[in-house]
Amino acid sequence: MKLTDEEKAMLAGEMGEAKRWAIDHQIKVGGMFDAPDLVPVSQAHMMADPESLGEAGGDFLEDMVAKGARVAIPMITDPRGVDLNHYRPLGQSEEMATLERRMIAACEKMGILMTNTCVNYQTIMPPVLGDHVAYGDTGVVIYSNSICGARSNFEGGPSALAAGLTGRTPRYGLHLDENRQATRRFVVREQPKELTDWGVLGALVGKLAGSYWAVPVIEGLEVVPTSDEAKHMGAAMASFGSTPLFHMAGITPEAQTLADVGGDKLPAEEITKADLDALRAGFGAKGDKIDVVVFAAPQLSIVEMQALAAQCAGKTFKSAVIVCTSPQVYPDATRMGLIDVIEGTGAKVLEGTCFYNQYAREIGEANGWTRLLSNSAKIVNIISGYGYTPALASMDRCVASAVAGEIV
Amino acid sequence: MTKELKCHKGIGEKVQGIALVADDNFSARYDLDRKKGVFSRPAHKLCGQSYHDKILVLNTSKGGVASAWMLHEMKSRNICPKAILFNTANTILAQGAALANLTMCDRFEDGDVTQLIQTGDEVIVDPEQGLVTVVNG
Repeated sequence: MKLTDEEKAMLAGEMGEAKRWAIDHQIKVGGMFDAPDLVPVSQAHMMADPESLGEAGGDFLEDMVAKGARVAIPMITDPRGVDLNHYRPLGQSEEMATLERRMIAACEKMGILMTNTCVNYQTIMPPVLGDHVAYGDTGVVIYSNSICGARSNFEGGPSALAAGLTGRTPRYGLHLDENRQATRRFVVREQPKELTDWGVLGALVGKLAGSYWAVPVIEGLEVVPTSDEAKHMGAAMASFGSTPLFHMAGITPEAQTLADVGGDKLPAEEITKADLDALRAGFGAKGDKIDVVVFAAPQLSIVEMQALAAQCAGKTFKSAVIVCTSPQVYPDATRMGLIDVIEGTGAKVLEGTCFYNQYAREIGEANGWTRLLSNSAKIVNIISGYGYTPALASMDRCVASAVAGEIV
Repeated sequence: MTKELKCHKGIGEKVQGIALVADDNFSARYDLDRKKGVFSRPAHKLCGQSYHDKILVLNTSKGGVASAWMLHEMKSRNICPKAILFNTANTILAQGAALANLTMCDRFEDGDVTQLIQTGDEVIVDPEQGLVTVVNG
């Protein structure tokens, strides 16, 4: 890999052991993907929840601090695994909270901004067209690449940290023009109407595309999705397909026309109502009992919080209900009275976490939750590995089902 | 009979072990019970099987960024595959392999690796050379 003089100095350890580790890691990863050099990035975003890192990851971050690690560019964080204001009632242990506190302390010492959000493109600083970034959440990456036209690979925690420390990332994958051209062309024959419809469409496209290196272009949409709708669509696509980028002809910035991304040369594949219904059919049916209803994955925007509060007003829930929002949205939602309305039903709003990365298996066992209902197509894909039977329904049906204790 | 399979240059050290193969995908977050060291997602073709010390052979890597830290965490407790071979890896698994010093290769010249290697085969993986050798007697 071609290195600048500054990068050679980093690799020689002249800029400290932490930067030496970081650039060495980037050269190893870049080698596997034939990166010719490193590209400067404007922001890094790291997933570092205690469940994924474990003790080993905690030790690793503290070792980085001891080696003088300090980020070179603005660096922010993905949702935490423990809401330190509400963990015992969820059945999370003191051990989990201690590990969480250790990680927060280590990140703060490195100069990382603890934003704890997977909707930073709605609440912190959205990247712009052509902006090279190193983002560490599949939902964040796919939204930033597709809707904003920024350039990021999926950067797992260690690589996001390395990018934060060096201010660069290996130039491979979606940093290169040639990997941003469409490889599959889908024509939508059924228009999405609300958040979950967009999620199901994203899920199906992801499932069909099926690889990190496939780039779907979607045509036939008669409506432009809102940011929240695009968020659910992208998050589900990334989850079902490991997909980091998609285009919507005439909607997303790199595909003002189908031809802009080479879609005109690809065979068209239709997505019909039957295809979408078949995907939904795998996730619950009317009359199924439910233990917990989850609104999360991605964290709710202030607009979703308002919509949820409007549906919650005056109701009492029979099922447990967990809502996850970002630490940026939470104080706004408090000030506007939305948290009070939502929690008036018996639901709990968590701040700065997301349900599936907060020890989902352990909190499920502690609370006796196995049957989970959500309006997020992403979470129903993830959660079965944690011992849950997931079901999917729109926000209003989720609320009505929480009142009934079964899917309505 | 020994069979040599060429692949792209990978990550990690040369290792030898027994293959566990499925025409399915991989995510450390979605598919595994990492405490027990088994596949736990009911829909996964290897559900219930132990991956400990195996050379895992799968189609592609799926899902979230957490897998990168998780490989490191699994390696620290020594309940971990010896190597993972994919038709195509995604970036996260490669990044996790780099941190954990876990052996990983992908992009095989002779086609679908989940067909080229069978469960139970004895396999040597040399990521530096981009070479996987099946050494069944």
